[in-house]
Amino acid sequence: MQLIACPWCGPREEVEFSYGGQAHVPYPDDPGALSDEEWAHYVFFRANPKGRFAERWKHSAGCRRWFNAIRDTATYRFERVYRLDDPKPVIP
Amino acid sequence: MAELLRTHPLEGWSTRVERLPDTVRITVEPYVAMVDVRLGAVPAEASAALGVDLPTTPNTWVPAGTGRAVWFGPDEWLLTSTTEAPEELEARVRAAVVPLGGSATDVSAQRIGLRLTGARVRDVLAKGCSIDLHPRVFGRGSSAQTTLGQAGVVLLALSDAGDDHGVLVRSSLAGYLADWLLDAALEFTTTPAS
Amino acid sequence: MTSTHRAPEGGRIDRATTVEFTFDGQTLTGHPGDTLASALLASGRHRVATSTKLGRPRGIAAAWAEDPGGLVQIEEPFPEPMLLATTVELHDGLAAHGLPGQGRLADVPDSARYDAVHHHADVLVVGAGPAGLAAALTAARAGARVALVDEQSEAGGSLLSGTDRLDGVPALRWVAAAVAELAGHPEVLHLQRTTAFGSYDDGFVLALERRTDHLGAAAPKHVSRQRVWRIRARSIVVATGAHERPVVFADNDRPGIMLAGAARTFLHRYGVLPGRQAVVFTTNDSAYDAALDLHRAGVRVQAVVDARPEGSPRRREECEHAGIRVLSGAVVTGTQGVERVTHALVAPFADGEVGAGSAIACDLLLVSGGWNPAVHLFSQTRGRLRYDEALGAFLPGEQLDGLAVTGSAAGVFDLAGCLADGQRVAGAALGALAIPPAGEDRLPTAPEPVVPAAPLVLWRVPDTSGAEGSTSFVDLQRDATVADIARAVGAGLRSIEHVKRYTTIGTAHDQGKTSGVLTSGITAELLGIPVQDTGTTTFRPPYTPVAFAALAGRDRGRLFDPERVTALHEWHVAAGAVFEDVGQWKRPRYYPQPGEDMEAAVLRECAAARTGVGVLDGSTLGKIDVQGPDAAVLLDLLYTNLMSSLKVGSVRYGVMCGVDGMVIDDGTVLRLAEDRFLVLTTTGGAAKILDWMEEWAQTEWPELRVHCTSVTEQWVTLPVVGPRSRDVVGTVFPQVDVSTEAFPFMTWRDTTLDGVPVRLARISFSGELAFEVYVNPWYAVAVWQRLLEAGRSYGITPYGTETMHVLRAEKGYPIIGQDTDGTVTPHDLGMAWAVSKKKPDFIGKRSFARPANSDPLRKQLVGLLPVDRQTVLPEGSQIVEFLADGRLPPPPVPMLGHVTSSYRSAELARPFALALVKGGRSRIGETVHVPVNGTLVPVEVTGPVLVDPEGARRDG
Repeated sequence: MQLIACPWCGPREEVEFSYGGQAHVPYPDDPGALSDEEWAHYVFFRANPKGRFAERWKHSAGCRRWFNAIRDTATYRFERVYRLDDPKPVIP
Repeated sequence: MAELLRTHPLEGWSTRVERLPDTVRITVEPYVAMVDVRLGAVPAEASAALGVDLPTTPNTWVPAGTGRAVWFGPDEWLLTSTTEAPEELEARVRAAVVPLGGSATDVSAQRIGLRLTGARVRDVLAKGCSIDLHPRVFGRGSSAQTTLGQAGVVLLALSDAGDDHGVLVRSSLAGYLADWLLDAALEFTTTPAS
Repeated sequence: MTSTHRAPEGGRIDRATTVEFTFDGQTLTGHPGDTLASALLASGRHRVATSTKLGRPRGIAAAWAEDPGGLVQIEEPFPEPMLLATTVELHDGLAAHGLPGQGRLADVPDSARYDAVHHHADVLVVGAGPAGLAAALTAARAGARVALVDEQSEAGGSLLSGTDRLDGVPALRWVAAAVAELAGHPEVLHLQRTTAFGSYDDGFVLALERRTDHLGAAAPKHVSRQRVWRIRARSIVVATGAHERPVVFADNDRPGIMLAGAARTFLHRYGVLPGRQAVVFTTNDSAYDAALDLHRAGVRVQAVVDARPEGSPRRREECEHAGIRVLSGAVVTGTQGVERVTHALVAPFADGEVGAGSAIACDLLLVSGGWNPAVHLFSQTRGRLRYDEALGAFLPGEQLDGLAVTGSAAGVFDLAGCLADGQRVAGAALGALAIPPAGEDRLPTAPEPVVPAAPLVLWRVPDTSGAEGSTSFVDLQRDATVADIARAVGAGLRSIEHVKRYTTIGTAHDQGKTSGVLTSGITAELLGIPVQDTGTTTFRPPYTPVAFAALAGRDRGRLFDPERVTALHEWHVAAGAVFEDVGQWKRPRYYPQPGEDMEAAVLRECAAARTGVGVLDGSTLGKIDVQGPDAAVLLDLLYTNLMSSLKVGSVRYGVMCGVDGMVIDDGTVLRLAEDRFLVLTTTGGAAKILDWMEEWAQTEWPELRVHCTSVTEQWVTLPVVGPRSRDVVGTVFPQVDVSTEAFPFMTWRDTTLDGVPVRLARISFSGELAFEVYVNPWYAVAVWQRLLEAGRSYGITPYGTETMHVLRAEKGYPIIGQDTDGTVTPHDLGMAWAVSKKKPDFIGKRSFARPANSDPLRKQLVGLLPVDRQTVLPEGSQIVEFLADGRLPPPPVPMLGHVTSSYRSAELARPFALALVKGGRSRIGETVHVPVNGTLVPVEVTGPVLVDPEGARRDG
């Protein structure tokens, strides 16, 4: 049972959180201006790296706040959590 | 005008709850008015209007009049009152926070409160709560939204000795949680015949 | 039967008390403090069972969880399979029998209690041997929150098995003082009979405490029998000791063959002489202690057979002084005896070659091939192991954050070293936690350690028996031999993981505690590669088997899955409702009257709602309060239709889609104020839709000034439905003008009842005139009763979810999640009218423009009427179409779609269904077929609205 550090509530057991997929995938400014392919990329396509990955998490059973995290998909280790209004850290 | 009959979700548990020993005492605290307050980063301005400094430290609560103000999130609190009617509390708080861009919603019946007192309460809670409830970590004024057993709860530390806790639980899950607590307390309630 | 093999004195058993037990039907006796194994050995019994595959007699070969031989089935006090006799504490009335590798589960429910407890510690120490106790004392003295867990019935670890002295007195006195001192620290949790069986991320360790097993029938019923401790430690000290490793030779599995250290344990801890005539076969100095101790206790030690060419000069001298023959440069090549070993075959051994041998009579053959540090918890935490050539063992090969290994688990085998190392490791842990050490942290003085002669790493003795390794057992529990490993290597397997799976070694009850490293060594030998390159198989939890009952804990019966109930639940129960599970909610499905089945009850309830008045507990509907100046903006982005144009006091139906354009929920929206809406969701969608709204508001449009709050349980919702609903509602709420003109369809009004705020809404999920009554659940029972009272003269009928479904399906109202499946757009549901053409954007809009969404062959929601007016089509049934010649197409028969909802209608006096059918709207009027129980039922495709398509009834 991993601990995930909610930026607000601190470390809690992973079962209190839910996963939100890749972070920093903004809703397009004008979906109508996108080609079908571009739109499909927004709707369906997400990165799936081995290693560090910027993802969205939510402290569902706690403060219900979304936040972002850099997590290593190979080790599951959370290297960093940051708030939604923090800039995306540079992933080495 | 005839008073409209009130009921709460744990009426059927009163007998069993009353049989608990002093080491694990459960008191049902129904009919408390509660309002969910949402407000951006302006609690200082709000204090005067609300009559309480909303706590900005995560996972804490402070007394607020006859009730409490509980941190729920960076822009969210639960305000409770044992003297006002739900609609009165909502109206008062809305009047205070709406001008500040906030909102307030009556959630009095969303949850029901239980108060757990006694030397064994921490042992009972530890059977289903993964956060550290040691009084050094979770002393009076601490709060947490977490799970107890399989129910989402709001836990409030009401003493510095770890022997007095408030638990707020969804009304629909109150029966489950009461059963869960009674079952967890069983080993402290009876002694073997021999 | 008398205890023929009990030493006259010694051991930590209570000799003053005798307990009676039965084994294989035979009544035997032992003492409190015995294990089942020690009591059997005290009765002269080694043989416990036969082996799983070959049926060879097997006996007790070790003294604790590493024993591969003594599997038993407990019969009394409660049936439990697959326990080790060595770990079952003896109690009066215990009944057991030996198991040939497979047990029998109880066929009655287990009435014992099991539970789990969360615990937090600064320092968790696993193992209360010398290193663990030293570590625990150091941490406790510094005031740290310490948890000390140990799997034995008492603390002491290896000290329980020997004659060590500390400060010049028996070491167990120090153990007792240490335990007493720990008990005096309020922040120390010390648990015996508690096995740390898994080490996971972030300092999380699971431990199983056997709380009452040892009490037998006297175990109190209100206390859990076993408890899973969920320990979260900032720092972990692993002091789990080491397992002795055997040497493999031909016929090494006979009862009477035992690890040397185990014999010492049986002697010193339990006062048991495991035999009368012993041969000791060793590769290292430690087994000499067993030889000498057994000799002193009166066992005739025939020989110490030391595989090392020079043996151990110092230990040889001690043996010769005691009159024990030592054969250096010799090995045991095989054994004789069937039910129990009778002879050890001993032969000279030099440079890997075995010479001519002779038989030495014995009833006990002790073996030691060295010691394997118990690195399981370290390895489970993904610690890398390194192979130590000198020890022939795997040791922790790196430093882990927050987990340190100490004592013999780290390869420190002398007592003074273990004490010092435990203290050192705990000190380092305190340092990392910034806990200042105690000023005074004295540990007792152990005798100066004697440096042992270098051990010999010997995995197996060459098989000179002619059996070619087929009786040289590596894993006794799996009956797997050296020959099996050779076969695996011969088949081309090189990875130890593959060898494990090919041979099944290490997959039995003991998970390879004695066989794992042997397999690595033998495999490396056969492949001609270094053992480091072979490595070990992966250590996985649990360290020792854990019963499912313990893992389930208290999540059984009523507590298995929480039930959510509404404020009216007690009333429903009293009214005899039959309940339906809707997620975790218990909802009344129907209210049968005496003699009624579901069909009859539902037809009656439907008729009441369509012709008189019915009332439903709709409290489980999801409700979300949406507030803020931008509330309408958010709703316009999330609903397919326009919500900002909704007037205060009015209600609008809306549909929500995902970004892919598929419907995710629907419901009505009440505008309470310019800046406030009440959003109603489906029962199942309540949490999901709040999350959905929060997700967009928080992550995408944080600039919107809007807040969403769940009020699902803040309001009970009581739909009063039917032509007479206006009479009922008008009676209960006389201040409200309930006329159509004053209170039109899709509007809401606030009122009070005896001063309590009540909201009424003209919303209909049945097509009938209907009012939804909203009130704080504190008053639910009172309001419900007022409604029933007011409706009595109209025959007001409480109805359940089944009737609700029939009524809505007759009107073609879909249930999201039942009539849709994540591939259905609003257009597919015939709800193009609910998709705004004015809004520049909303979630899902762009996807509607994809060509696939305008495919005329998309599945569309239609009605189906079975032509026979009899068949209720099973929901989920496939829909097929005949060819032009009236025959079924050849397989695979193309599927047109499937039935999503199907009921018998009182109103239509026939069954009907809703279905998703390819190009469904263009097929209205056609006949298609539905296979039901092997026959094809012809059904007519219709529009989805079958009752009152003009909507004439909604105003009564």
